[in-house]
Amino acid sequence: MDKTKIGEMLKRLVETDGPSGVEAPVAAVVKELASELTPEVRVDALGSVILRKPGAENPPGRIMLAAHLDEIGLIVTKVEGGFLHIEEVGGVDPRILLGQEVTVYPTGPGAEQYPHGLTGYIGGRPPHMLSNAERKKATPLADLRVDLGLQAAEMVRVGDRAVVRGPYTELLAGRVATKALDNRAGVAAMLGALGYLAGMKHEWDVFAVATAQEEVGLFGAITSAFGVAPDIAIAIDVTFGATPGLKETETVPMDKGPAIGWGPNMHPGIVKRLREAGDALEIPYVNEPIPGGSGTDGAAIQVTREGIPTGLVSIPIRYMHSPVETVVLADIDRAARLLAAFISRLDATVLASLPEEV
Amino acid sequence: MADLRAVLEKLSNEFGPSSHEKAVRGLIRAEIEGLVDRLEVDALGNLIAFKAGFGPEPRLKLMVSAHMDEVGFMVLHIEKNGMLLFSRVGGVDSRMLLAKRVVVGDGRIPGVIGLKPPHLTSDNEADRVPDIEDLAIDIGAEDDKAAGAKVKVGDYGTFATRFTVLSEDPAWPIVRGKAFDDRAGCTALIGLLAERYPVDLYAVFTVQEEVGLRGARVAAYRVAPDAAIALEGTVCDDTPKAPDEDVSPVTRLGAGPAITLMDRSLVSHPGMVRLLQEAAAAEGIAIQYKQPALGGTDSGAIHLTRGGVPAVTVAVPCRYIHSPASILNLNDLSNTVRLVAAALRRVESKDLGRETP
Repeated sequence: MDKTKIGEMLKRLVETDGPSGVEAPVAAVVKELASELTPEVRVDALGSVILRKPGAENPPGRIMLAAHLDEIGLIVTKVEGGFLHIEEVGGVDPRILLGQEVTVYPTGPGAEQYPHGLTGYIGGRPPHMLSNAERKKATPLADLRVDLGLQAAEMVRVGDRAVVRGPYTELLAGRVATKALDNRAGVAAMLGALGYLAGMKHEWDVFAVATAQEEVGLFGAITSAFGVAPDIAIAIDVTFGATPGLKETETVPMDKGPAIGWGPNMHPGIVKRLREAGDALEIPYVNEPIPGGSGTDGAAIQVTREGIPTGLVSIPIRYMHSPVETVVLADIDRAARLLAAFISRLDATVLASLPEEV
Repeated sequence: MADLRAVLEKLSNEFGPSSHEKAVRGLIRAEIEGLVDRLEVDALGNLIAFKAGFGPEPRLKLMVSAHMDEVGFMVLHIEKNGMLLFSRVGGVDSRMLLAKRVVVGDGRIPGVIGLKPPHLTSDNEADRVPDIEDLAIDIGAEDDKAAGAKVKVGDYGTFATRFTVLSEDPAWPIVRGKAFDDRAGCTALIGLLAERYPVDLYAVFTVQEEVGLRGARVAAYRVAPDAAIALEGTVCDDTPKAPDEDVSPVTRLGAGPAITLMDRSLVSHPGMVRLLQEAAAAEGIAIQYKQPALGGTDSGAIHLTRGGVPAVTVAVPCRYIHSPASILNLNDLSNTVRLVAAALRRVESKDLGRETP
């Protein structure tokens, strides 16, 4: 496992679309990428992919890794000739939608002719026709249309999904801009951790879960954590990377390793062991204080069943929830190494001591 | 038709912001070299192609033009943190900049224009389009030194959009790409050169239209034509509107070439308009008229050249011009070629007068 491999996996993962609730195509990619890492795969009722990598013969504990599989998207609310009215799936800033190319996945009559979806463009009225005041005003989502370039779109039905295109673009310094880094970067880190673990000893059973429907309410994490019933858990997601114009208190640095979350949603004993693993193996990481709800799968997993000690490892990205989300590939690799190191260091004493550490 | 699409695709994907049209000019030169009698590049970078007429002398001299440049960006400053501050070259629509892919400089370095995440955006900010001064291009550089190794202050940029086909239906062939304003006109002008006409034809691919019709001005002086036709990709605002919204679509996709009667730069010559109307009627080509008083084209500079030149503009309707991509109907493009070719076959000196027929 190295940075190139992370990049290749990430490319495969972001190139397939999976808006919340329609994750099956990207679930198939996860299964394929995981096939070399573990043969044990199941999919739960909400669509989360659950991989199990067994530990020792009598494992002293079960750890769940959770990285969400879904991405933000759009849903068709009305078809008007060759134009589509849209609503958001997850949190979309309508201002970024103007001038974007989208892929629409039709399910109406004749849809089978478009296995790769339809191409659409979200245009706006030309600037030549707008007053200066109008040019400065954001266009609300309700006024945006997807132009399919067709005279009629009988193959599209209300409720069909669309995703803004954002191809995998290599920038300088090992950085990549693409859509859906939130949270395929996390999925790549999770699969990368399984890859590193293949060459390491670990006593605990590992359940790596690519969760469905995070962006619409952490739904996949709720059911998969119930199903796996782990002893401890780590959520893997993205966080706000340092960006000119954003406060240092709102962000973590880029290219300094993953962020280890700290706050009410995170168990101090898990945080301590994550830091120890990083320190022991000289894997860079940064600390991210999160004084309230983390808004990640970890927040849901922590309160599953009778409560689960949970940690959060985040990969810093810029421009979150846009098709130009930007990441340093090395940070994904570092997250993978940190997770593998953490897991390999879990032994039979952990479960007994965790209650003393809270 | 298939040929026009291939040419448009090539030109649309090429990099050519105003005054940096060299790569586009190279593609056009390669397309037309075998079709014309003489090729020249002038002091500003206009590509001037001459194709002699076969009619009896003295022959009329017609200048048909299309501009090679597109709206884009220029790097103004490289920040310590490696981000590129930039401004627009031509009328890029600010609303269209957010979360876009661009390429910068002769190395065509990929970059993105980011925006802070919605999670960290206040309600006030969410209602407003940020000013271009508050945006930056991120090429991934860690600092100014790394950025400076790839990009210089003054480098040009464009959107990174690639050409795509939206509809293959021969009755409704629709494509999408950047810079259709005016690579659509360039494509039509290349198409016109397939034929030889009774008149002497100067096919002029101009520079710097988007920053003030500057290339056309000097090219028209040099050519000194008897009449001129500018070929454009123009505003098309035919997307569905609320029933009570009283707005003109300006032009409509698929309704044929759009003839300008008057815009902000020109009152079209009545004889040239009549020539096009008669050519359309004779050939059975549907035409439309662009809503008056909107925009300006190279004809605006050409008609004021020397003692004045009878001029008109014919345009391919393009939705969403000056944004990362436009959409056009290839039938409008091929009919623009047919219409102007028919006009070049028919034009006579009586069309260029001011007397009513």
